[in-house]
Amino acid sequence: MNNTTNTNYTNFYQVKTKHKGLLAWLLTTDHKRIGIMYLISILSFFLVGLTFAFLMRLEMLTPGPTIVDAQTYNSFFTLHGMIMVFLFIIPGIPAVFGNFFLPLQIGAEDVAFPRLNLFSYHLYLTGAFLALYSLIFQTHIDTGWTFYVPYSLRTGTDVTLPLMAAFILGFSSILTGLNFVTTCHRMRVKGMKMFEMPLFTWALYSTAWIQVVATPIIGITIVLVLLERSFGFGIFDPTIGGDPVLYQHLFWIYSHPAVYIMAIPAFGVISDIIATFSRKSVFGYKVMAYSTIAIAFIGYVVWAHHMFTSGMSDTARTVFSFLTFFVAIPTGVKVFNWVATLWRGTIVLSSPMLMALSAIFLFSIGGLTGLHLGSISTDIHLHDTYFVIAHFHYVIIGGILSMFIAAMHFWFPKMFGKMHNEKVAKIGVVLYFIGANVLYFPMFIMGYMGMPRRYFDYLPEFQIYHVISTVGSWILIASILLMFTNLLIAIFKGKPVGSNPWGAKTLEWTMPSPPPLLNFIETPVPSHDPYDYHGHDERNFEDVKYIENKENDIINQENS
Amino acid sequence: MFEQTSRYSSTVDSAMLYITVISVLMLLLITVAMIYFVIKYRASKNPIPTQYHGNVAIEVTWIIIPTLLVMSMFYYGYKDFSDLRNTEKFDEEYFVTAKMWNWDFKYENGTVTDTLFVPVGKTLKFNITSLDVLHSFYIPAFRIKEDAVPGSNGFVVITPEKTGEYDIACAEYCGLNHWNMYKKFIVMEQDEYYAWVESQGGKDKEEVNTTEEKSAESDSNEMSENKEN
Repeated sequence: MNNTTNTNYTNFYQVKTKHKGLLAWLLTTDHKRIGIMYLISILSFFLVGLTFAFLMRLEMLTPGPTIVDAQTYNSFFTLHGMIMVFLFIIPGIPAVFGNFFLPLQIGAEDVAFPRLNLFSYHLYLTGAFLALYSLIFQTHIDTGWTFYVPYSLRTGTDVTLPLMAAFILGFSSILTGLNFVTTCHRMRVKGMKMFEMPLFTWALYSTAWIQVVATPIIGITIVLVLLERSFGFGIFDPTIGGDPVLYQHLFWIYSHPAVYIMAIPAFGVISDIIATFSRKSVFGYKVMAYSTIAIAFIGYVVWAHHMFTSGMSDTARTVFSFLTFFVAIPTGVKVFNWVATLWRGTIVLSSPMLMALSAIFLFSIGGLTGLHLGSISTDIHLHDTYFVIAHFHYVIIGGILSMFIAAMHFWFPKMFGKMHNEKVAKIGVVLYFIGANVLYFPMFIMGYMGMPRRYFDYLPEFQIYHVISTVGSWILIASILLMFTNLLIAIFKGKPVGSNPWGAKTLEWTMPSPPPLLNFIETPVPSHDPYDYHGHDERNFEDVKYIENKENDIINQENS
Repeated sequence: MFEQTSRYSSTVDSAMLYITVISVLMLLLITVAMIYFVIKYRASKNPIPTQYHGNVAIEVTWIIIPTLLVMSMFYYGYKDFSDLRNTEKFDEEYFVTAKMWNWDFKYENGTVTDTLFVPVGKTLKFNITSLDVLHSFYIPAFRIKEDAVPGSNGFVVITPEKTGEYDIACAEYCGLNHWNMYKKFIVMEQDEYYAWVESQGGKDKEEVNTTEEKSAESDSNEMSENKEN
């Protein structure tokens, strides 16, 4: 921002640094390049996780061995869980879109600690490769992603390396959180108050706090497991005086808040997309910001609802069931506020908007079935059945992965300066919606009928549901590949766009696309309402875009 | 599959139904409003949005109503759960031991079997433990589940009200044959059961085994023959 008068514009891809080629990326401290690197790495790992999901569903097509044996199937669900949870969905939105857009949304040049940010990325990459190496090439780990003791202490497969990997990934997460909290407090452009930040930034801020506070617990837990495995400390193994339920407590003290590390950023994306394509301020902005913090906070005190059958005391079960229901309230408020934002707005059904609306529906199913699992008596029946799988996949696939994909479409023009094919994207969204329902809805029924999860084989009465579900997995995977291909083609062949093709109001849309190295050509002047659509008339919108396009062209011409 | 086997299973099902009905209504409300707004306020019909920043009364309403609803759900779940854990009075006690990958069912007189026989209409307490890793004692038809934790004891209390043959499954992942721990839970007429259990009188698993396998394979009608053994 020291060159506010300079209109010369080189975008961050074109900038020359002292390093060349791949090193110019791997050693960059530019938050946008780091964001793009996360995008590439995270999507690659996602595709690996997706492959295992595909194989698992294929195995479930018929009872008995279909394509693999039981041991391999057990490895499949462990790999699928570990890769998706630790390498994809937890870093997911914050690492990619948080890195890229947090500084842009608050008018900053970069995050507070750019070098630390790069270090986080390197930790992530190290952890990820260690995990993939150990999981796929070294050992056919079969503990499930939860590593429940005593099984994980006794299994013949080696869990040491994957645990080390999770430990390193945890540090990456903590440091990113630290960076984001500081950035939100210290780097906001002059004139922007905390309660004037876009809701996506609010979401990242709350998430960052969870990352900083909750993640160390999983680190400690992993160290304890390793000490026990290697040196025979009696912590979790009852044969040497430990308590296996203690492990579950420690595991879920992190892993339940981790659910909100996954979900809250997705909520933030929904808020930004709904506001933009309703041409309106989000209904009840402050309530939305507070509910984000409330979810983050309440999320800490509900972990033992994963353990209603674990053998902990009845009092604990009752208290945790009671507390669990309080998470439903701020979450419900968010859903109601999103719908209310549509009221009397100007609804533009772009692909990100369509995805956000479908996400509200799918996520609501995921959230509402959470009530069945929060109530003790029903949970005791449903715990560890396919009902639980359906529940959290409706949340993750319906509410989080869908918003990751929506964010990819929404911010794609800003990240790459090109526009994707909207028609193909919308077909993708519709297929995604159908696929997700066909894949996961039968699991609710199966689960209620008593089909336990992590079963290699099943009773014949469940087959029809498994078949429907497997067909759904093909539709879902096809839609994901369609949307990814569409975006990939657009990087090379998409139509160039101006600074603000969607007509959004937050600060990241005030600079040319892709953004210049230090983001803002002129110091942005924030509005008191991050979604300030006062005086907006959709009929004039095209013109605004046209003028900005021309400005952008002029800047580009001057540059060349 | 949704058949009722005890008072407890029907209370769980009604809690389930209660939560489901409220959830479906909520979902319908959200979806219908969403679709209606998207059609009514589409950009081509409503190019100028009305700026509206929120409304305290509305926000308070949709905080309070859901709070009341979820508290009622909590109460339902809690109340049923107390029944499951009521150990004040029970007629029969069983000791369930899980191990990789099998179950042992021990009766009060010392008999050990690997199919679980119980009398109908009596209150039964199952003490559950494990010899190695975590398992979970799950009888879907009775909507009960309790982890088998090595080194400690869990329990559930139920009163079967219908004779028949039901599945016992392991619901906590325990390795290679986790899926292959299905056993039968057989609810018999009381006189039939007591005659059988007396005739077994403290036999351990090996001795009883032949009887077990026969009865597990045959239907409950043939059970009366087995008790004569």
